Amino acid sequence: MWTWLHKLASPPHAFRLLDRMAPWFGVPACALIVIGAYWGLVEAPADYQQGDGFRILYVHAPAAWLSLSIYVVMAAAAAIGLIWRIKLAHAAAAASAPVGAAFTFLALATGSIWGKPMWGTWWVWDARLTSELILLFLYLGYLAFRASFDDVQRADRASAILAIVGVINVPIIHYSVEWWTTLHQPASVTRFAKPTIALSMLIPLFIMLAGYQLYFVWVLCRRLQGEILRRERSATWLATVEGTA
Amino acid sequence: MREFLAMGGYAAYVWPAFALSAAVLVYNAWAARRFRARELAAARRRMTSNARNER
Repeated sequence: MWTWLHKLASPPHAFRLLDRMAPWFGVPACALIVIGAYWGLVEAPADYQQGDGFRILYVHAPAAWLSLSIYVVMAAAAAIGLIWRIKLAHAAAAASAPVGAAFTFLALATGSIWGKPMWGTWWVWDARLTSELILLFLYLGYLAFRASFDDVQRADRASAILAIVGVINVPIIHYSVEWWTTLHQPASVTRFAKPTIALSMLIPLFIMLAGYQLYFVWVLCRRLQGEILRRERSATWLATVEGTA
Repeated sequence: MREFLAMGGYAAYVWPAFALSAAVLVYNAWAARRFRARELAAARRRMTSNARNER
């Protein structure tokens, strides 16, 4: 078991495995996102309160969901790297951060575009929006903090602590719509209750959520390969790596 | 078709939201591939210069 894990975490093996894995996530991700967008824009019925404006849900909710789950992945990877001193885990944390920042920005931007017609304002300093903005600053702070180190290994260890401490913000964002009175609507889909959204609207949402998740794994594969290379010093196996793509 | 593009009066919000999302998805995919390619080139440069130093 441990020798198998050790082999899996060795740079050349992980790099080649990621090469083989990536298309299995990238291709379905593209297909699901295209199908989900078509279904959400064309097939799903208009909302009785929000009309066609609710369709922003299909790009907003998956981005917001990813912004949180990527942070959890990043903090977990950073913790694993710190505790068991696994370089590959640190590399995964570093590879997650820019993608997480992009999706947090996207969640804030699409939410703002949705808020204008529904709430009458682009922005309001309520609990959900403010905590999501803090998440963006956490990602950007993590990236800037990493960039301030010349040595990758020191950057890994120091930024891991920042990532782990920042995870406290994740439940705050998630429960913000319940703990405080906010303008933001409560979740339409939760694990424990029946969804408060019609099935014909729900199916394209799930397709988009799945598509975005797979997309993240694909991007993570590619970025993780870059982070593995960055940590390599003496690598004869590089000669066998093909091309640029 | 025109009715679809009008999005029940929400065209000015729905389409920019979808366009921005598409742009972020495309950018991230492109940036990830570029990152991988650059790190590969940098690692290869390091390798060849190491080999030269050892000689």
